Amino acid sequence: MKRIARLIGALAAGLVFGWGLIVSRMFSPAKVLGFLDVGGAWDPSLALVMGGAIPVAAIGFALAGRRQRTLLGEPLQLPTARVIDGRLVLGSLAFGVGWGLAGFCPGPAWVAAGTLAPRALVFLAAMLVGMGLFEWLEHLRTSAASAAASSDVLQRQDA
Amino acid sequence: MHIDMSSFTPWSALAGGVLIGLGATLLLLFDGRMAGVSGITAGIIHPARDDLGWRLAFVAGLILAPVCYAAFAALPELRIDASYAILIAAGLLVGLGTRYASGCTSGHGVCGLARWSPRSLAATAAFMGAGFATVFLVRHVFAS
Repeated sequence: MKRIARLIGALAAGLVFGWGLIVSRMFSPAKVLGFLDVGGAWDPSLALVMGGAIPVAAIGFALAGRRQRTLLGEPLQLPTARVIDGRLVLGSLAFGVGWGLAGFCPGPAWVAAGTLAPRALVFLAAMLVGMGLFEWLEHLRTSAASAAASSDVLQRQDA
Repeated sequence: MHIDMSSFTPWSALAGGVLIGLGATLLLLFDGRMAGVSGITAGIIHPARDDLGWRLAFVAGLILAPVCYAAFAALPELRIDASYAILIAAGLLVGLGTRYASGCTSGHGVCGLARWSPRSLAATAAFMGAGFATVFLVRHVFAS
């Protein structure tokens, strides 16, 4: 029963979130690029989208933070990382370049893909490949690190 | 800089923003999760045990949103001007970048800022800055 309630909650959350992107027009890259174009005819709409979303979400986080549990009585699973490092900044810069080139970020890409617009589907597919590439690079990095660690152990045993 | 009053849509932007905040709150109250679309998507590509259902349900909601919306009202214009080559390059950058950054516009820009996270503020400043710079270069420096 809880399992079903969780799924329905997530589906409703996705629908409402997606409607927000449609109502605010942010699912359309041309609208987003109008905000990012501060050197031209600037459309400040996206700032108001954030101005509407952040206070409402802040109330949600304050409510959930006080309970420390979901409405179904389960623990919250929120990110705990606090460090601001090169990965965070360089990753965000790369994301921003892609965002500025196409006008799509991940949420609007899924919503626009729901209209079956071919260009939205192509962007979404490339984004998923990019995420897969990250998993592969991380896998290479961690296996290289563990190989280095184990060869280090072997060398120490040799000595 | 001058404001393009003919494109500026303050009320629908605010109303849409409130809906986005409500969607994030629903996911938090029912699933205890943060509505970060890049992280939710990444967890579908590389699923952990018993962690797939809510992610698929949330993404299904995003995909079905325009379908449900269109049942009640005409969809606003969806305009994608970028060429296929640019869309592919941009998609790769957005996919890779958001994973290295552990978040995107929703996870850092909305939820992270709503939690007063300095990490999310740094990420949001970086991707907004890069977005502004990229559009400036594309439209005003390299454009003929």
